[in-house]
Amino acid sequence: MVANIVLSEVEYTHIGKRPIRPDGVDKVIGRAQYGPDITLKGLLHGKVLRSPYAHARIKSIDTSEAEDYPGVRAIITAQDLPFASLSKEELGAGYQALKFASDHVLAGGKVLFKGHPVAAVAAANPHVAEEAAKLIKVEYEELPPVMSVVEAMADGATLLHDDLYTSSLGEISQTASNVAAHARYEKGDVAQGFDEATVVVEREFQTASVHQGYIEPHNGTALWSADGQLDVWCSTQGAFTVRSSMANVLRHPVSKIKVTPMEMGGGFGGKISIYLEPLAALLSKKSGQPVKLVMNRVEVFEASGPAAGSWIKVKMGATKDGKLTACQAELALDAGAYPGSPAMSAAMCAFACYDYPNGLLDAYDVVVNKPKTQAYRAPGSPQAAYAVESVVDELCEKLGIDPFEFRLRNASKEGTRRIEGPVYRRIGLVECLEAARSHDHYQTPVDVQPSGKLRGRGVASGFWFNRGFVSSCNLTLNPDGTVSVVMGSVDLCGTRASIAQQTAEALGIAYEDIKPSIADTDSIGYTFITGGSRTTFATGLATINASQDIKQRMIERAAAIWEAKVEDVEYVDAVLQHKSDSELRMTFKELAGRTLTTGGSITAQCNIDPPGEGNSFAVHIVDVEVDRDTGKVDILRYTAIQDCGKAVHPSYVEGQMQGGAAQGIGWALNEEYFFNGQGQMTNSSFLDYRMPISLDLPMIDTVIVEVANPGHPYGVRGVGETPIVPPLAAIANAIYQATGVRMQSLPITPGKVLDALWSQNGS
Amino acid sequence: MPGPTHVQATINGEEVNFLCEPRQSLLEVLRDVLGMTGTKEGCNDGNCGACTVLFDGRIVDSCLVLGVEIQGREVTTIEGLATADGLHPIQQAFLENAALQCGICTPGFIVASKGLLDEEPGADEGRIRHWLAGNLCRCTGYDKIVRAVLDAGEKMK
Amino acid sequence: MDWIDFATPKTISEAVELLASKGDRARLIAGGTDLLVQLRGGRRSVDLVVDAKQIPELNEMSYSPQNGLVIGAAVPCYRIYADNAIAEAYPGLIDAASLIGGIQIQGRASLGGNLCNAAPSGDSIPPIIALGGVAHIAGSNGSRQVAAEDFCTGPGRNILQDGEMLVSINFPAPVAHSGASYLRFIPRNEMDIAVAGVGTSIVLDESGQNFVSARISLASVAPIPVFAKEAGDSLAGKPVSEATIQQASEKAIAAATPISDMRGTIRQRNHLVGVLTRRTLNIAVERARGG
Repeated sequence: MVANIVLSEVEYTHIGKRPIRPDGVDKVIGRAQYGPDITLKGLLHGKVLRSPYAHARIKSIDTSEAEDYPGVRAIITAQDLPFASLSKEELGAGYQALKFASDHVLAGGKVLFKGHPVAAVAAANPHVAEEAAKLIKVEYEELPPVMSVVEAMADGATLLHDDLYTSSLGEISQTASNVAAHARYEKGDVAQGFDEATVVVEREFQTASVHQGYIEPHNGTALWSADGQLDVWCSTQGAFTVRSSMANVLRHPVSKIKVTPMEMGGGFGGKISIYLEPLAALLSKKSGQPVKLVMNRVEVFEASGPAAGSWIKVKMGATKDGKLTACQAELALDAGAYPGSPAMSAAMCAFACYDYPNGLLDAYDVVVNKPKTQAYRAPGSPQAAYAVESVVDELCEKLGIDPFEFRLRNASKEGTRRIEGPVYRRIGLVECLEAARSHDHYQTPVDVQPSGKLRGRGVASGFWFNRGFVSSCNLTLNPDGTVSVVMGSVDLCGTRASIAQQTAEALGIAYEDIKPSIADTDSIGYTFITGGSRTTFATGLATINASQDIKQRMIERAAAIWEAKVEDVEYVDAVLQHKSDSELRMTFKELAGRTLTTGGSITAQCNIDPPGEGNSFAVHIVDVEVDRDTGKVDILRYTAIQDCGKAVHPSYVEGQMQGGAAQGIGWALNEEYFFNGQGQMTNSSFLDYRMPISLDLPMIDTVIVEVANPGHPYGVRGVGETPIVPPLAAIANAIYQATGVRMQSLPITPGKVLDALWSQNGS
Repeated sequence: MPGPTHVQATINGEEVNFLCEPRQSLLEVLRDVLGMTGTKEGCNDGNCGACTVLFDGRIVDSCLVLGVEIQGREVTTIEGLATADGLHPIQQAFLENAALQCGICTPGFIVASKGLLDEEPGADEGRIRHWLAGNLCRCTGYDKIVRAVLDAGEKMK
Repeated sequence: MDWIDFATPKTISEAVELLASKGDRARLIAGGTDLLVQLRGGRRSVDLVVDAKQIPELNEMSYSPQNGLVIGAAVPCYRIYADNAIAEAYPGLIDAASLIGGIQIQGRASLGGNLCNAAPSGDSIPPIIALGGVAHIAGSNGSRQVAAEDFCTGPGRNILQDGEMLVSINFPAPVAHSGASYLRFIPRNEMDIAVAGVGTSIVLDESGQNFVSARISLASVAPIPVFAKEAGDSLAGKPVSEATIQQASEKAIAAATPISDMRGTIRQRNHLVGVLTRRTLNIAVERARGG
């Protein structure tokens, strides 16, 4: 049995191979410089003072004792942010956005989550900075915390913001609310659709807040020079978004901010927003020295950006032949303290795997006293898929139809229109379902149950859009025939390799002759974040396009050298040759060696915002074992099948699928934010925030289905986000098969399983 | 307040002298005092293994060892594994098996694996997963890491 | 972390003097795997940390079938399970030593530290109690011995007075037809604090069909580790059977007074005490019978 399968139709020279990544040696010997590794002359260390309360008004801040503490070089509060001295009139329509952005950096009038930054201190010794921070006296007036969407949406709920109004279906509400937005997606007539159904299933689901769990904490180092030049070093998925966020909140010109992205120890969507960078900048401005801040693990949990908790109700109806007639959902996802939950993308993803005639989805973006949520791979889609795929499972059972057969009967295909409007281009859901159904995992019956244990199998499908967005790259032909590829895309997980492979393929030269590197914001054109499953696709397109220009310029240079006409010269298999005179011939390296004496370097550049991204569908299969005496769930076998388009580097594509599956397993079984009655997180450490360890997982087998994306020359879709979407429901469905109980709230902890088994027995 | 303590120890086979405050962990000493940033901080409380080093031949979390506690003792960090002749077999196996994605947990896993394979190069999957239970990875799901360690074990027999 | 001074005494009397001079502002460090986390998190505060690892008696381990086992207070877990003779004679202790916190933690953490830290969830404490461990203590007023079940006095508090320190934990020699086991329930497969834990130690008669004696101890179900004396006593003289084991497990549940917190509920913990008592008794019986 092969563990990892690639279903490939087109073979290339470099695309689809598994070379060693260019940055690999640095990372295995410990030389690679991650954000916290940077050091500068005269570096100070910063520590943040944070709110102990989930919801409170700040009445006063007294920094005087801290100012006098030996070794303290600077202290900042919200008063040091430009927003504090700007009026509502000056800011106009941009007032609320800047208020939210500034407040998030350092709390002004209110603290809205435990861990909300209130002040920061810089000293040469980080322990001294910590001691001094404790001397800052803050007077709070505690307010009742609001901790769930259900609480927040209830009549008479305590409001987080007295100036947040609900934007709902084109109207703005008149009274302040915790609901920032309500969107509706609709087609056909669901009431009629349900009437036509033979079977209707309706269920409610809840999921807890979870964290992306990257091992490297947030960090930021800044040097604000006397001439106003602000240099920033940080671990980030997007140096340019850090630059624009800093420019916004510090009211400092973009031209005077340079962000150098360091290597990053995990992001998954959580390292896009700024947290420590503006604090480092302000402390540096005040002290005149560079300042570094690094979050500790408690701060990462309490004060960065977890994924949204949710309440989702799903109702689906189908005929006895297993054809869907109506799909309806209400989804409320929490945004944390400031608006912007992924409720709308959850709604758009919820039924994306299905072709159905009547649909109605209502999505709500709701604020609660938790840290502001951020993306966690495919934001909103896992929560929605948990609900929808559980209901589909129940429909299949009631109809007596195999879960893959049902999905195939209703599968989205090229030409299916999603409820929010776009029509699918070529997609690979059907291919994934067929690959799953014929896979050895699904064909092998679930093992016999050992005594005291219950076993079951579950399947689920999932969707993510994948995106394009802006990427830039600069290519330089070096005199030795190597090609430097400078890009703005931070390398999170092997993209240096996949970009090098695409460049080598486009130019027809050796992979080892490509030198990829990542540049700061002064040295490369605007590049959007590494995230959104877009880097291999969009930055790949940029380098492929630039490679065409390199080839064209080499043709022109050879023509000039030979005094021939450009149209008589061609580039074939990395050789420049005259179309009719066979004597006139130069290899790639030969021409490269002559560039400096024949007119200078040959370079090319591409800045691109490509359309034509390819959606990625996945289907997962999981076998679980449940200990009926303890409620513990173990994963026996896991297979992840996904249409990634062409896998440029299959090992790293497999890695994305395995990593996303593992995160989904943790989300399904053990991970959650515990809050006490005062809205304070009580498990902000890896001890009690329980992510899967090596002993918790089996090998995760993968099948890469390669339905080429027509929008990319090599058929690349992108892979990174969809893998986290199916596991939640696949596991819940497997537990149902094992125990007979449908688990409608995540995580499915041993305690919840025991309770479910006891209820089932009537005890 | 008294001054820092002078400590003399052997790190990666070389005698090293440094000053540190007693409250500074070995992890802080390595990273901030000695500039050896290959060992990483993930949690600072012994729950993630990113700071794993070999201390007198045993793998430990350097965040839970004080710098002053290594007086006269031997420590091996990730920086001490490769030689002038090339990468350590475990490092090579990690590269060949694509066993790293973001790479932040990688030094910890490599040093932890060395602690196992030096004694048990034939360790099987179960033994490897058990030994590495104290090392968290969020990117890979552990599959390719375990395969890399199995691979390295073969080469170290 | 706040400033600490660090001392490295070479003898027990040196250490006792340091501890006595600072009272509760000084604390011994063995592996440091609890203490450093507490100092950083502000849950403990001291001026002086005293290294236990350079005092010979605290770092020695000796076993003989006649005299039993002496484990110095600072001996790390890995040394215990690496010793084949000890591993064979005291499997119940090995159960705990090999699951505390992962391999890295076991490279430093000690049973003595686990006992002195006195967490209700301390994994080594139930087997130490079940095996009849005795704490040997040295202090300014001389030395004394305390049965392990009397050592912990409250969550995070132990019986040591200012100036006293744990020197070693001593275990009686294993008798014929004895067996022990420790199991805990955790949601993952390692690295978690026990939701509930049970350590049992039993002696069978020569036929292997009847209990001579049993000691049962529980973790995470009371403010301190529980010595469920009645539960163990209930097996004395009884045949080994599902019914007697079931009865003992019910008495163990009766000895538990768990709370509901983020790691588990009362009902769940009581239930787990029953499950784990039965499971550990069965394993201990198998080990006693030579299995």
